[in-house]
Amino acid sequence: MTGDPCDKCEEILQEFLDRTLTNDEWAEAEVHLSECGYCRRRYRFEETLRRYVKLSAVERMPPGLMAKLQELRGLDAST
Amino acid sequence: MSEPESATEARRIATEARDRARFEDEALTFADQVYRVARRLVGSREEAEDLVQETYARAFRSWRSFTPGTNMRAWLLRILTNLNVDRGRRIQRSPQTQQLEESDYYLANKVASAAGEDALEQEQVVERMSQDSIVNALSEISPQLRDVVVLVDIGDFTYADAAQILDVPIGTVMSRLHRGRRALKQKLAEEALP
Repeated sequence: MTGDPCDKCEEILQEFLDRTLTNDEWAEAEVHLSECGYCRRRYRFEETLRRYVKLSAVERMPPGLMAKLQELRGLDAST
Repeated sequence: MSEPESATEARRIATEARDRARFEDEALTFADQVYRVARRLVGSREEAEDLVQETYARAFRSWRSFTPGTNMRAWLLRILTNLNVDRGRRIQRSPQTQQLEESDYYLANKVASAAGEDALEQEQVVERMSQDSIVNALSEISPQLRDVVVLVDIGDFTYADAAQILDVPIGTVMSRLHRGRRALKQKLAEEALP
């Protein structure tokens, strides 16, 4: 069983994870998380997912690109 | 030109050369981060390399238009996203894709039905999704939503930076981010879960 989605969670979760809530909202979210097991699980899940998506999607610059960029130095505005 | 005037002119040229070299040095420190975003906005490594080179070419040519002390990483990304849109190179969403309006918890619930509510077991289910399938899912969401998700979740830009880069209000960034993440999770639930 997964329990019913909590409306409160929909509302605050993304910004909570993005650390963009105001102090008051943050405090309210903390209180809610301490009381709502459903939201706590979703919060953990979202955190895990975001970390894994980022890990999967980040690709390092190919070798050789930096040298090509270095060659662009000094380009004139008229060229 | 009289002697003092030419000395002033020489100093001006030297100062400008120094400022320019500093600008270029700083811009190049962001190359890896610029590439990281570029790579997820276009379909191939080659296109990403081209896009990054075009971005730096334009940045170096127009270095005087950068205001020192402002966010250079965001300035570079603004050039990059504009170039990318201008050239129509953004990965297009496949036309048969349906946009279902599921809740944020569609994926979470699907994972929970496979792993139960244990956090560690859920983590293992998430990590069994192949990294390729995640990259694919990201490439399948609509370009407008993907730009924001890539900037914020892959590039670590703030909402305000993303708004500046894409030239849209912060509220638009937030709603696209929310919809984009939701679309991504839906793709993952449909295509990537083992």
